[in-house]
Amino acid sequence: MEKNNLKAWLYLLPAIAFLGVFMVYPLIDVFIYSFEEGYNSASQTFFGVGTYNYSYVLHDPYFLQAVKNTFILVFITVPISTGLALLISVGLSSIKALKNLYQTIYFLPYVTNTLAVGLVFMILFKKTPYTDGLANLIISWFGGGSIDFIGGPYWAKMFVLCFYTVWVVLPFKILILTSALASVRQDYYNAAKVDGTSKLRIFTRITLPMISPTLFYLIITGFIGAFKAYSDVVALFGTDLNAAEMNTIVGYVYDMLYGNSGGYPSYASAAAIILFAIVLTITCINLLVSKKHVHYN
Amino acid sequence: MVIIMKVVLQNLTKKFPSRNKKGGEVVAVNDFTFEIPDGKLVGLLGPSGCGKSTTLNLLCGLQKPTSGKIFFGEDEVTNLPAEHRGVGLVFQNYALYPHLTVLQNIIFPLQNLKGKDKLSKAVMTEKAYEVAKLVQIDELMDRKPSELSGGQQQRVAIARALVKMPKVLLLDEPLSNLDARLRLQTREEIRRIQRETQITTVFVTHDQEEAMSISDMIVVMKDGVIQQIGKPQEVYDDPVNLFVAKFLGTPPINVFRGEVKGDKLYIGQEAILDIQGVADQEVYVGIRPEGFILDEQGALGCELSRLEVMGRDVSVVSTHPACENTTIRSIIGSDSKVDLGAKTIRFNVKPGKVDIFSMTTQERIHFELK
Amino acid sequence: MNYEKIEKSAQTRKKVVNVVVYVLLSIWAIMVLFPFYWMILTSFQSYSAYNSEYIPQLFTLSPTLQNYVDAFTTVPLARYFTNTLIFTLATTGIMLVVTVLAAFAFARMEFKGKNIVFTLFLSLMMIPSELVIITNYVTITNLEMRNTFMGLILPSVTSVFYIYLLKENFAQIPDELYYAAKVDGTSDFRYLRRVMIPICKHTIVTITILKVIECWNSYVWPRLITDNQLYYLVSNGIQEIRENGFGRENIPAMMAAVVVISVPLIVLFLIFHKKIMAGVARGGTKG
Repeated sequence: MEKNNLKAWLYLLPAIAFLGVFMVYPLIDVFIYSFEEGYNSASQTFFGVGTYNYSYVLHDPYFLQAVKNTFILVFITVPISTGLALLISVGLSSIKALKNLYQTIYFLPYVTNTLAVGLVFMILFKKTPYTDGLANLIISWFGGGSIDFIGGPYWAKMFVLCFYTVWVVLPFKILILTSALASVRQDYYNAAKVDGTSKLRIFTRITLPMISPTLFYLIITGFIGAFKAYSDVVALFGTDLNAAEMNTIVGYVYDMLYGNSGGYPSYASAAAIILFAIVLTITCINLLVSKKHVHYN
Repeated sequence: MVIIMKVVLQNLTKKFPSRNKKGGEVVAVNDFTFEIPDGKLVGLLGPSGCGKSTTLNLLCGLQKPTSGKIFFGEDEVTNLPAEHRGVGLVFQNYALYPHLTVLQNIIFPLQNLKGKDKLSKAVMTEKAYEVAKLVQIDELMDRKPSELSGGQQQRVAIARALVKMPKVLLLDEPLSNLDARLRLQTREEIRRIQRETQITTVFVTHDQEEAMSISDMIVVMKDGVIQQIGKPQEVYDDPVNLFVAKFLGTPPINVFRGEVKGDKLYIGQEAILDIQGVADQEVYVGIRPEGFILDEQGALGCELSRLEVMGRDVSVVSTHPACENTTIRSIIGSDSKVDLGAKTIRFNVKPGKVDIFSMTTQERIHFELK
Repeated sequence: MNYEKIEKSAQTRKKVVNVVVYVLLSIWAIMVLFPFYWMILTSFQSYSAYNSEYIPQLFTLSPTLQNYVDAFTTVPLARYFTNTLIFTLATTGIMLVVTVLAAFAFARMEFKGKNIVFTLFLSLMMIPSELVIITNYVTITNLEMRNTFMGLILPSVTSVFYIYLLKENFAQIPDELYYAAKVDGTSDFRYLRRVMIPICKHTIVTITILKVIECWNSYVWPRLITDNQLYYLVSNGIQEIRENGFGRENIPAMMAAVVVISVPLIVLFLIFHKKIMAGVARGGTKG
């Protein structure tokens, strides 16, 4: 094939232009921002260059609260959602009747607006002067006292957040795991069956290793996604997350950038880069762990 | 210590719901009655779609029959789940667990034993090595299946099926994924392993040569129905119908349209044999390739096409208007002289290599020589 | 050995396991469906009826459409709706053009530096949007494109992942087809339009679906870039309704708005659920 450089670049031009302006340039810029001290967004001037922004962010109690919230959220929801998705997918692949119906229902949350359904969750869990809400009604059936999950104690709010996050992320995981399970060749199961292998052993010794690459992919992307939690939180607790003690790292970044406490792109940049560093570290740890436990064909 | 066990199939029938929208059923196995004698190697043989793999699945319990019974020894196992039957199964594509080493693959069935049957790690390893030696793969125990050749994978699969000393060993198209040379070698190997272990073995194949060469007994199937059961040579020499005659033997039997008239067997206008005990009728005449004798005065004249010399034997390729095959293949000793310039070549036939079949039912018609 | 007993117990076990599986699956199905049921139920309750239920009821005997009327009259829901529609269609449309062209260049054309550029593209996949959104916010503000559709759309257009997905798919088309077309005098662009795009229809539909879902649900960027209700998308609209809404905490009306916002995607999903699920599974596992 003869080389037609010019034409190729022409085809690439739109992509390169968009990516250059809205991805590459910002990427460089965010590092610069994060080291520019005392940046003023109105006059676009700054005093000096240094690590003050990082130190400010790392000493900001709101940021520390956000880090704590994010970590709790990540380390609760990723294992639970992955485990639950695995359980449901295994159940799904063991049935024949109604399988498609269940699959379709389970996928429904994926196509709905997080903010919109979050509002429904808020109403289900919120305690108001008019009503204790449905969640409290169910708790009272079991003899428990009523709790305000939206404006009440920290652990109650965290519970709702985790619950909603799991609800939101499950559809994708179930879908991916179900198709991974379906791709394991029936022969392996037949062979194991003829050899008298118990259901549990078939699952741990055959199914799990076979789908381990998919499982691992879901864990990695699950971690990354959970670290970036934001709109689910807004959906439940509103935009003033610092007041609700429910802010996340991403929420902190946006608050620094915009809104009532906004106007500090330097702090926002520093926080975003810290988040990136955390995610990168966790992903690397994941990759190291996977080398031992994941079977690739 | 091997438990030798005969296997009895009684009126076994398996129907599947039809795939097309009109409904109805497909009968994969139809009223299958057959006793597999203990300690023998039996080949289930037939073209694809004849129900032989379904029969195998019924035997190992992966599928349940629609009706009929299966016995292992004196015990009925018809509805017993696969995991309790104690059979060994070798899959067509081996189904070796790709994430486990050869040793782990072979040990796998032993690790399933529970309660009083439970074995210690050392015993399991010892048993695995024992069976690995039997199939000659004890050098490869630490490899993963992806690092093995097709033939080696096949042996691992057999070892895995044998390690728990199954009552019955089942092999599904065991040689179809191997190349021609390995196939010859491996089928001898299967024969040897079966002789040494004495385990009742059933294998499925569509390759008649494979089945003929190693089986103690073959079962020829067509459309879910048993056509004939017997020792390979007996079935070959004494087929019950045209299908069996055509299915066995390479090169295949030559089939002519012929006629029995006045105690003579005619092909075209030429009377090739004097027979008796058969009423006058039109028949199919099957002549094995080795059933021709070159004879200038021979009764059957064919148009000579070419010669194919295959070492010891010469294969004469010719045509005849009454022949159902496109060409007639006849195998003669290489010392026979054939005049290549001649247009016609004349044969006599060996009576024992000629079978006749009814035009209508395709059943074999027995005759006596005059 | 008592085979009959084993058979029996195996059958009973199978039945029990089956029942347990169905019960568990049904529980989760209810968990998934219940919020939807609740939002529909509440949206048909009158304001006073809802607030008088100290103990929530699971059904209503006097449904009303008043909330839907309120949702469209008291707050500019129709406006949010149109905005989102424009935003989604424009973003997805431009994205498709950009993606197809770039994927074609990578898959079909030979040019200097192709490998380097492609590697650079791939490495961009790892960059989280949170990192670049800060500068983009500043850029759009400086360009005075806040509260404009341009400002909303432009930074949302490119997705490296989709370019990668489509390029992989394009690359699977045998070279012979291209040479055959060349011999027949087909131009590159015509070949792309008449051969490659139809062959890779599935992938293109997949990325379209994924992008539409993404656009319809996008919240963060629109929130940063719009503070004028005239340019709110549905997500921001919902948040606005929640915080300043109907003058008072009118939950039934809020739910009506939520139903209206959720319905288009759900209907789309119910019609195309097989395609959408297959698409997401493909897009998800290849990533």
